[in-house]
Amino acid sequence: MLFRQKVFAIVVSLLVIVGIVELVRRRKLAEEYSFLWLVTGFLLLLVTVKLDVLIFLSRLIGAEVPTNTLFIFGLIFLMLLALHFSLKFSQMASQIKNLAQEVALLQKKVEDQGQFLSGDGAR
Amino acid sequence: MDRSCFLKREKKVLVIIPAFNEASSIVGVVRGVKQSFPEADILVVDDGSKDATGELARQEGAGVVRLPFNLGVGAALQTGYRYALRYAYEFVVQLDADGQHDPLYLPELLRPLSEDQVDLVIGSRFLERSRFPGSWTRLVGIKIFAFLTWLATGQRLTDPTSGYRAMRRSVVEFFCSDFFPHDYPDADVLITTCRAGFRLKEIPVVMKERLTGCSLHRGLKPFYYIYKMFLSILVSVLRQDWR
Repeated sequence: MLFRQKVFAIVVSLLVIVGIVELVRRRKLAEEYSFLWLVTGFLLLLVTVKLDVLIFLSRLIGAEVPTNTLFIFGLIFLMLLALHFSLKFSQMASQIKNLAQEVALLQKKVEDQGQFLSGDGAR
Repeated sequence: MDRSCFLKREKKVLVIIPAFNEASSIVGVVRGVKQSFPEADILVVDDGSKDATGELARQEGAGVVRLPFNLGVGAALQTGYRYALRYAYEFVVQLDADGQHDPLYLPELLRPLSEDQVDLVIGSRFLERSRFPGSWTRLVGIKIFAFLTWLATGQRLTDPTSGYRAMRRSVVEFFCSDFFPHDYPDADVLITTCRAGFRLKEIPVVMKERLTGCSLHRGLKPFYYIYKMFLSILVSVLRQDWR
């Protein structure tokens, strides 16, 4: 790996790590979600500093060029991330649905009680 | 139509009418229910309508629960089920707000429940010889889902897409759990209900052409519907913990 490439890769992975920690510090990002991103940052740093790891990985999965290994793992990571978000969205949709139903039921209850208190029997 | 004595007072009946932009038909439906079944309480679940559906229903004397935004017919129904559980209704009947389900059949739909044979009664278009009010593609679709329901449960249901249903409290409770779909609660729900050990029965009803508005199934939605049904039927068959 060229020296420039190495410096660039190290700078990028450090930026990712620092950026994530900073976002968590400012409470912009929940700790729960920071995990995946931090792991990515550290993995990036690892394969840059210890190039052997990347070459070993390439041999393991049968990739001819180490950069392809990076690409394929990058893709897999993004896909998992997207799946993770889909899971979260499904969960949130269900929670929002339950909340909306609850709000509607409570609203009716409040309205009924209001009518009862004001002595207006008609609904 | 005669009614068993329980229907008079002892056991409370709630009629749930999910409605989304049905201002032109809701009044007629609420009146029809009152006429054919005055003892029942009526709950219109206004699924975030843009028109006066909720207001009109309220003026007719129905209870109205208004969802803050459109959630889909399944979620609207489930709101009604939750209401029924909270206010201790013994039986629930659901019918569409567009006027295609004739309220005249309400007592008939409830009778099998009171006579304690079954837990869920479905009004079917196909048990009586009458003209099917719809396109042939729809007919084929219904037949396919009826066949799949039979494969999955061994029970012959002729009209698994019918939204005209009556059920007892235990089923209402079951429908309040998270498996209940927010969009189309049709064949997949019946399969899950059947596999959970509830007893289902169909009775013949005649459905009318929809008076107004437009069907749920339009544009690209039929394709999603078919995909969704196949997938959720498959999943409900694979699922082990039905209750």
